[in-house]
Amino acid sequence: MTDAIVVEGLAKRFGATTALDGVDLTVTEGSVLGLLGPNGAGKTTVVRILTTLLLADAGRAEVVGLDVVRDADAVRAAIGLTGQYAAVDEYLTGFENLEMVGRLYHLPKAEARSRAGELLERFDLSGAADRPAKTYSGGMRRRLDIAASLINRPRILFLDEPTTGLDPRSRLAMWEFIAELADGGTTILLTTQYLEEADRLADRMVVIDRGRVIARGTADDLKAQVGGQRLEFTLSRALDLPEVAKRLRPLAVEDARIDEQTRRLSLPVHGGTEVLAESLRLLEGSGAEVLDVGLRRPDLDDVFLTLTGHAADDAVTRGDTQAEPAPAAGGTR
Amino acid sequence: MTALAMAVSDSLTITRRNLIKVKRVPDLIVFATLSPIMFVLLFRYVFGSAIPVPGGLSYAEFLLPGIFAQTVVFGSTITGASLAEDLQKGLIDRFRSLPMARSAVLVGRTVADLLLNVLTIAVMMITGFVVGWRIHTSVGEAVLGVLLLLAFAYAMSWVMAFVGLLVRTPEVVNNASFIVIFPITFIANTFVPIDNFPSALKTFAEWNPVSAVVQGARELFGNVVPGAPEPTGWALQNPVLYVFIWVAIFLAVFVPLAVRTYRRTAGR
Repeated sequence: MTDAIVVEGLAKRFGATTALDGVDLTVTEGSVLGLLGPNGAGKTTVVRILTTLLLADAGRAEVVGLDVVRDADAVRAAIGLTGQYAAVDEYLTGFENLEMVGRLYHLPKAEARSRAGELLERFDLSGAADRPAKTYSGGMRRRLDIAASLINRPRILFLDEPTTGLDPRSRLAMWEFIAELADGGTTILLTTQYLEEADRLADRMVVIDRGRVIARGTADDLKAQVGGQRLEFTLSRALDLPEVAKRLRPLAVEDARIDEQTRRLSLPVHGGTEVLAESLRLLEGSGAEVLDVGLRRPDLDDVFLTLTGHAADDAVTRGDTQAEPAPAAGGTR
Repeated sequence: MTALAMAVSDSLTITRRNLIKVKRVPDLIVFATLSPIMFVLLFRYVFGSAIPVPGGLSYAEFLLPGIFAQTVVFGSTITGASLAEDLQKGLIDRFRSLPMARSAVLVGRTVADLLLNVLTIAVMMITGFVVGWRIHTSVGEAVLGVLLLLAFAYAMSWVMAFVGLLVRTPEVVNNASFIVIFPITFIANTFVPIDNFPSALKTFAEWNPVSAVVQGARELFGNVVPGAPEPTGWALQNPVLYVFIWVAIFLAVFVPLAVRTYRRTAGR
């Protein structure tokens, strides 16, 4: 297995803020890497450097063995990019958009056209092929954007938050398309804030925060890193949450996580079903109405919270160097 | 494919893309041609009666070359605003991630705007004929007059391409450029003779390239009275040469500047 992407010591500053502070990562040919991190962590900056849109201040990046600075044109010919915002020309029809991109990859006219038709079919856009992209829904635009990045049959595909802003149904459809591409052997680097998305699509993950890699591995590796079990309660009334938390404290190995909005309480515990039984006994007579209770392994949200000290969708100020003490997980392989 | 063949092919692809937009959004053409028609009618009939033209020339004959120049100079903001829009919508990112010629997006843009200018000038000439403007010279000279306008417009397009990539917001491109474009089109011989301007303004007007475009067009279309006194200043005495010097300077400076900015520019 060779590495399709190799990144070493990548650093980038924008004025006074540090966007990337020495990022290393590799992506094995034919695999999917999930690049995770909160807003402003530096995910997009990594993608922009790898796709030749931005020059790094320090470090080295190779894509299919080509240096992204010295061999920029050859890199561009080998990759496909779908950015955060669907970059389609809204005055052109879906077909015209794809034909144009095909021509700019220097495909012969006939091939650009047949490839455009093929991709429209594959992404369920045939019916809208001759309508200006202006009339497309958000999900359709995003599909057209991904189709455009596939015109040249790239060996490596960069997807920068491909489902941000999509409704749940379009998101599921997008996941299926991405999984299909991965099955077909395309190497994919996917950035996302949605842990579920990474969990579902990525073979390996790299978590970055404030421009540094703070964890890497498979989803199982990351979950194991956090360890333990979670006892989770959903109550009918949010006001019972503090009382429940107080009663369950003897079982907890760490502080409970309480979400008033969802009326949910999550408690890190050690042990199995006997802990669950014990917890129910402790709640007897508390008056709290329990809607749902369960014992589960930590999910990626727990991983995120433990690693970064904040949830995945919390925005952090880019380049904020007064980092909360993140666990010394950085650099583990 | 050689680098040159690739650059030509990519530029044509982008030109075609820009022209499709013109076809899909006809309002663009309508507004691009309506406002010069409005200017012709306003100046011809509102100010025309009050503005004396030297040598007894009709105001329509005097005015039209001025309107041609003013319109193509104003039109150059389309280049900047369109590029800023492409930048905002992430299209420039897409183009920059493709293995296409680095100059093609800008060449394709300016060429499409040049073609749009051909159409605009044609519409204005027809309007001019209706209100009494005439060409009194040979076909060759008249064609050179049109080429003079188009060459200056094309050079201005590259200036605005640079501005658009720098400013990055279409609305700001429009507003910011009008602050410059209004004075340079009005402190000139565009609508009125400059002989009675206060001296500082007169000097500016004499060396203003827009004045030279207008003067050159008037001479090439024959909208000057034979035997009328020569305009003052070397620039207006040699307007065609002076305009082409400006065109050469603009292109030599702003083509490389704009391409360099494009290569380094990043979307949002």
